[in-house]
Amino acid sequence: MKFAGLIVMPAGFFLSIAALVLFPAAGPRTAFILCALAVEVVGLIVAVRGHMENREPNAGESR
Amino acid sequence: MTTPANSLAAPPILTEAAIVLDLLLLVLAPLAIAGVALVNVGLGRSRSAAQALLGNMLVVATALIGFTLIGATLAGNTGGAGHVFHLAGKPWNWLGEGLLFLKGIGNAPAQSQLEILFEFLAVAMAAIIPWGSGADRLRLPAGCAVAAVLSALVFPVLAHWVWTGGWLAQLGINFSAGAGFLDPAGAATVHLLGGLSALALVWVAGSRKGKFPKGGFATAMPGHNAVYILFGCLVALVGWLGFNLAGASLWLHAPLTSLPVTALNTLLTAAGALTATYTVTRIRFGKPDASLCANGWLAGLVASSASAAVVNPVPALLIGIAAGIVTPLLVEVLELAAAVDDPSGAITVHAAGALLGLIAAGILAPQPGQFLAQLVGIATILGLFLPLVYLLFKVLNRIIPFRVDPDGERIGMDLHELGGGAYPEFVIHRDDSYR
Repeated sequence: MKFAGLIVMPAGFFLSIAALVLFPAAGPRTAFILCALAVEVVGLIVAVRGHMENREPNAGESR
Repeated sequence: MTTPANSLAAPPILTEAAIVLDLLLLVLAPLAIAGVALVNVGLGRSRSAAQALLGNMLVVATALIGFTLIGATLAGNTGGAGHVFHLAGKPWNWLGEGLLFLKGIGNAPAQSQLEILFEFLAVAMAAIIPWGSGADRLRLPAGCAVAAVLSALVFPVLAHWVWTGGWLAQLGINFSAGAGFLDPAGAATVHLLGGLSALALVWVAGSRKGKFPKGGFATAMPGHNAVYILFGCLVALVGWLGFNLAGASLWLHAPLTSLPVTALNTLLTAAGALTATYTVTRIRFGKPDASLCANGWLAGLVASSASAAVVNPVPALLIGIAAGIVTPLLVEVLELAAAVDDPSGAITVHAAGALLGLIAAGILAPQPGQFLAQLVGIATILGLFLPLVYLLFKVLNRIIPFRVDPDGERIGMDLHELGGGAYPEFVIHRDDSYR
């Protein structure tokens, strides 16, 4: 689940690049980049939830 | 397609007075590293204190060597060559082309030498941030490996993008987004990157033994020396003034006459943050919490790294107050709700403080479109660098295990890794969490 969240986050980055290239006007560009950031935040939340599910006392991730 | 290109015009040349002043300021900047190191040590346990401070020094040394051998080449310098590809008719400068092993640095212009010196100190600061989060369980070789990866591969790429003419710095020229991504003193390049690296490290290394018992609340593991923590904050203030003023002069080409206001803003942001954290913790717990107040102070300083050079004094104070309110609340949320064991509070202090400062700089900077540039920069670091650093740390953990064995954690990192404690006359009490 953590990996799923972390895979989603670069999608947000590429959306922000797409916004720069596709929208010359400031309004739509800003809105699109805010959506890209929202995608990244969703990915981060999923990753954090994944960490909470895997949490065990005294343990790191498996090596 | 990637082609080497000299894509930038030469930056305005610093006057001799500015060069001398910047050099003096950068000589002060290591105090910020020393202050953060003291805070890291104080927030850890007494049985790991010597290992923690030695670790800070080793991490700094490894980062400097890694940056010299590989990183400086990738980071490049302002006005120098870079690797550029073209997309949608715009140049995207994605990698620098600096001096190999810093060969010939002595003959470079003084401004280029100062830029390298600033990056040296910045990479050292970025590298010790995750070390603080791994306190009490991260092995010395692992800390050095993390510093090597950050300084040789990750930091230089971001430093080029933000400072030395990369595509984020050119957002203003290519996409009319303000003056490009503004990060005069390393809020993004140092603190946001360092804070997110700390999160990745905590995810990979796991929590301290006994921190999150099954079916119970998180165990409080307070820092062992409040004097180190608070004195570290005061020492860090001096270094931060050096970073913020030198950064404004070097990367924003701010005139010398504007630097006193930048210094005022730095002080006001820290003051606002400390006052706010003091108030919040007093209301929340009945008494102010010294370690959280220290975290608030540092979060204010981190926020000032982004904003001190571009805002006025009253907004600077408000930014500090916002950082001071957010810090204690987020520390609590991360520990209690997200099961993140971060002894130094680095994720909140450095990542959240930096985000706040960068957004505030975007809103308050006079250039139109600056907010957009800041959002793109934040989206880049959060969306690209956090997953990248996590992946690198996962691979690194297979090669050099991050975490000490359970017995080492029980007896303390000092005895386990160094063979002697920081306080040999202290009596070590039994820790009930290990039963």
